[in-house]
Amino acid sequence: MDSGTLEFVIGHLNYWLFILLMMTGLYIVVAKGNLVKKIVGLNIFQTSVFMLYISIGKVTGGTAPIFPLDMKVDPDVVYSNPLPHVLILTAIVVGIATTSLGLALIIRIREEYHTIEEDQIAEIENAVLKSEQWASERATGEHS
Amino acid sequence: MLTVTALAVVRTRSLFAVVTLSGVFSLLSALLFVTMDAVDVAFTEAAVGAGISTVLMLGTLALTARSERSTKRSSTVPLLAVLVTGAALVYGTLDMPSFGQSDAPAQIHVGPDYLERIPHEIGVPNAVTAILASYRGYDTLGETAVVFAAGIGVLILISGLRTRRRKDEDDPETGGSA
Repeated sequence: MDSGTLEFVIGHLNYWLFILLMMTGLYIVVAKGNLVKKIVGLNIFQTSVFMLYISIGKVTGGTAPIFPLDMKVDPDVVYSNPLPHVLILTAIVVGIATTSLGLALIIRIREEYHTIEEDQIAEIENAVLKSEQWASERATGEHS
Repeated sequence: MLTVTALAVVRTRSLFAVVTLSGVFSLLSALLFVTMDAVDVAFTEAAVGAGISTVLMLGTLALTARSERSTKRSSTVPLLAVLVTGAALVYGTLDMPSFGQSDAPAQIHVGPDYLERIPHEIGVPNAVTAILASYRGYDTLGETAVVFAAGIGVLILISGLRTRRRKDEDDPETGGSA
């Protein structure tokens, strides 16, 4: 591997690691049947997206975007980009809002179905559907 | 370490352990945020991600089940979908600027402009606070509205939980499952 490729790989390794984490989260959301675990997977996905954004804002040799108290900014000091930080702060708070709403929905689902497994919920739904069909068929049969 | 934690979440059956691991994941990501100069994000993540959401999830576990049942579904299709998505995303990063590059498009537009204006326009030493509360004040207002709406939604969903439970206990025939 020549030095150009190596540099490219090192410069992009952060993105690839975050994508790996994102895909782990996505896998949990898609493949696992437990609803609480799905929420955890969603959180992992979300946090890795945050990391991706923050890594975009990082400048080599930069420091945290906080000025000295007397506001005399030294032009030689490099600050990292504060804008991604602001956006991600907002996103974290919105994320906890969606998480809590999801957890509240899980509690309601558990109350109705007495389970938080996707498979069992689907079974119960199918059973209810079948009994409803059977009932309506019998009702129309009695009419004719 | 983050990856190991995330993979452990995939494997673990006990939901209690899963929730704890998600707290660990949040703390580790907060450390990563500190090394990437995002101190404000780091302590928000540590407080909200590792603190509040872990507490909320533990509360949910107390009201629901403790462990995950094994599923009969095959995991090949999700794995395939995830791999394809990941490959597409990696392909998308090939054109991205390298990590920490100071002349990347994200670094040459509004970011430095904010950094230049803040000392004489706002006068708040922390640039993140200045942007959050001042230049992007409407965003923050919208965020507050979202949190308010979510809070109301949670209250509506949870409210009456106790009264319904009591009704269940008194009359197990009518309450509960439909």
